[in-house]
Amino acid sequence: MTDIWQGILQAFWLLITLDPTLIEITARSLRVTLTAVVIATALGVPFGVWLALNRFRMRRLTIAVLNALMGLPPVVVGLLVYLMLSRAGPFGVLNLLFTPTAMIIAQVIIITPLIASIAHQASRELWAEYHDLLISLGTTRRQRLITLIWDGRRSLLTATLAGFGRAIGEVGAIMIVGGNIDQLTRVLTTAISLETSKGNFSLALALGFVLIGLSITVNLLAHILSGTERGRRW
Amino acid sequence: MVTTILPLTLSGATAQVHGKRILGPVDLTLGQAGVTMVIGPNGAGKTTLLRLIHGLQRQSGGTQNWAVGVDEARAAQAFIFQNPVLMRRSVRDNIAYAARLTFGRSSTTDDVVDDWIVRVGLTEQARQPASSLSGGERQKMALARALIRAPQMLILDEPTAHLDGRSTREVEAILLDAVARDTRLVMSTHDMGQARRLGSDIVFLHQGQVFETGPATGFFTHPQTPEATAFLNGDILE
Repeated sequence: MTDIWQGILQAFWLLITLDPTLIEITARSLRVTLTAVVIATALGVPFGVWLALNRFRMRRLTIAVLNALMGLPPVVVGLLVYLMLSRAGPFGVLNLLFTPTAMIIAQVIIITPLIASIAHQASRELWAEYHDLLISLGTTRRQRLITLIWDGRRSLLTATLAGFGRAIGEVGAIMIVGGNIDQLTRVLTTAISLETSKGNFSLALALGFVLIGLSITVNLLAHILSGTERGRRW
Repeated sequence: MVTTILPLTLSGATAQVHGKRILGPVDLTLGQAGVTMVIGPNGAGKTTLLRLIHGLQRQSGGTQNWAVGVDEARAAQAFIFQNPVLMRRSVRDNIAYAARLTFGRSSTTDDVVDDWIVRVGLTEQARQPASSLSGGERQKMALARALIRAPQMLILDEPTAHLDGRSTREVEAILLDAVARDTRLVMSTHDMGQARRLGSDIVFLHQGQVFETGPATGFFTHPQTPEATAFLNGDILE
């Protein structure tokens, strides 16, 4: 209990003093995660909506695989990305291992299926609503895709936020491919892991509270900006 | 407006759902002008027939011949559903969506949208979410969304089924205005009063088959089949 109080006090202290290390780690966490979320959203949302719109052979299998990939173990993803980016791997020549880019790649692989799957679920319901109208209006496939993304944007925001939540709290994969290098690839989660292993629980907790605060702030900002809480009924 | 997509001739047209025939074979010709009322008891196939004509229901057999190609014919039609589909947008944006598909984005298109909002009496509700509208207002919005594209033929599936008298009157006024602008109407209804008020000719369906077609006046005064007679007498048809 003492550790928790100390952690809260230390977190508060680190924040009001704008501790340079904390700011640096937090900024890197945000940069890596937000980049991964933007890329994964750009890939996952259109794919999820496309999946809701189209009927093709192996569609059920594709959805089943996508849903299964939501539970992809981050450590395994980290290991695979490590092998791909290591010197002996096919992309070793790019020298990306132990860089923020490698961490972004791992996070994109982890959260894209999650975003795509939630986007698919949300779009499927909207497509059931809109199907007859959009067919009747003679819309093209592209117009349907854009319409479903636009009109379903608030539901799709949930998909993106779920991806953000998973990515910002991820530690296994980015530890493997990032290496938790000070001032280069250390982020909040890997720093928490390091401080815990050193027995520095109050600092680890302080970083943990910052991480939780960051996650809540980003979610609140997203909801406020998208107007989901303004009582809109569509 | 000149109706170029009609006449439509259905010959032996059938529709199936899960291997079970729910319509047909139907032989029917829709001429270039007028208001065709499709009537019949519940489950007669009215909705299926209308959806088949509009291409929302797959035709499993027979032929469907328009005066032009099918794609051109479909592009010149609009469909009003019994329960209007409300896009998750404002009333104005619902109407603008259809307009922009046809005319593109421009200030002229915006003016046309505003004109239609006034025409259907939704000025006060224009900025509200479509889902906040009453049943009658929803149907008027759907009519504006359909008619703004200046379709040659408007197909309506019981558009006033859930509306009160006042809303029904308002919807019918919009429809009569469309007819005055030479829009061809094909409409299903359960309301025989409405069929008499609006219909120039009747298609009577029962058990997925066309039992009787002809001018509305003749149908209501001298139905030719026992089924139509029973239906008009309010008997239960099985």
